[in-house]
Amino acid sequence: MLEVQNVCKRFGDLQVLKDVNLSVDKGDVVAVLGPSGSGKTTLLRCVNFLETADSGTMVFDGERFDLHAASRMDIARLRRKTAFVFQNYNLFLNKTALQNVTEGLTVARKMPKEQAIDIGRKMLEKVGLSDRAGHYPSQLSGGQQQRVAIARALATDPEIILFDEPTSALDPELIGEVLAVMRQLARDGMTMLVVTHELSFARGVSNKVIFMEDGAVVEAADSKAFFEHPKEERTRAFLRTIDRRVDAQEA
Amino acid sequence: MSERVLRILVDSFGKILLPGLMTTIPLTVISFCLAMIIAVVVAMVQFANIRVLKQICRFYIWVIRGTPLLVQLFVVFYGLPGVGIILDPFPAAVLVFSINEGAYCAETMRAALESVPAGQMEAGYCVGMSYLQIMRRIVMPQALRTAFPPLSNSLISMVKDTSLAANITVTEMFMATQRINAIYYEPLALYCEVAVIYLIFSTVLTRLQRVGEKRLGAYGARKG
Repeated sequence: MLEVQNVCKRFGDLQVLKDVNLSVDKGDVVAVLGPSGSGKTTLLRCVNFLETADSGTMVFDGERFDLHAASRMDIARLRRKTAFVFQNYNLFLNKTALQNVTEGLTVARKMPKEQAIDIGRKMLEKVGLSDRAGHYPSQLSGGQQQRVAIARALATDPEIILFDEPTSALDPELIGEVLAVMRQLARDGMTMLVVTHELSFARGVSNKVIFMEDGAVVEAADSKAFFEHPKEERTRAFLRTIDRRVDAQEA
Repeated sequence: MSERVLRILVDSFGKILLPGLMTTIPLTVISFCLAMIIAVVVAMVQFANIRVLKQICRFYIWVIRGTPLLVQLFVVFYGLPGVGIILDPFPAAVLVFSINEGAYCAETMRAALESVPAGQMEAGYCVGMSYLQIMRRIVMPQALRTAFPPLSNSLISMVKDTSLAANITVTEMFMATQRINAIYYEPLALYCEVAVIYLIFSTVLTRLQRVGEKRLGAYGARKG
């Protein structure tokens, strides 16, 4: 469904993405792993045109996009079929939880207000926040804000949701509630591309894993194979350091 | 204080307040509204980084902020007739005050727009909104809230600056006071009297500012 080919991106002297390829099928949950600065987030942002790649193409839903020179119309069309969940939630600060969810429906898609509110309430219920519909973002915890952000993403009925480190800004005790919502989405068959540091989530929920380092894909494999029989030495080293960190936390 | 001075003060109070209500306040309100329109447009042009227009805006702000308000009033009222542009005192004052205030408020608005986190814009794009929709519904409301206290500041300044219009024959409060003083020659008492009336106007505006800030304080973020 989503095929990204040969993406290159540089910031000044720094080559952030080097010929990256990526493939997502309908219903896939793809985890993108890798150390900080490996280009994971930039890759995700290029897919949604939040960054303009220097080169590369993308096929989405049988339609071809030039990642460097897509027209404004193409970008708008693509964004209507995708949704993005940010590390810092980025809820509209001047809107309530419910308004955050309905904004994309009433304003961008010209849906009648009652219908949008109906959908909005359903989506908030899905993420367990029916009772917070009238709250502003500043009145919600980080975990609640991120769940509203997921509800906002779901409301537009996207074909794929892009998650950019959705739990990285959260206090440890709030991570669980967000991951639980994401697990439920995966069970419902939602197609998801998830940049994450949560190995347990990647192992337990995703069916494909991409491991990136220094702007390049080191290893791409089925989730089970990736964790049980990693092919590349770099991948093994990465998994070891993470395991050790988890051990240290638990000790 | 002699009985004579007291009587002059009482008699003149209404004669000063009336041009205050009939001239100073309309002059301020009209000029400030126009200034806000200029400010929003000029700030948006810079925020959106529209190439040539942006340079024009920077030039406008540079010239207006770099020259005295009184000089600007003289150029427009006494200078422009030299090239055939003759304006009545009141419209000339409105023109100068709105253009002058617009330059300062534009900078306030620009700073407020830039203070809105970039993520708000990105989130808007990601739910499918257009640039103008995001500006109108998400970024502008947040920026106006940030800009409200400094803009109130500008408004209060402006009430007092309108006294400069006396120099181009606009009969506002200060000019009225000067005329009364020319008859009775009690400068200390009379100029203190008009000062008190300006103070009353400013106090009302300060109160209104506080009410306004409380209203805008919704979004759930109550500081302190």
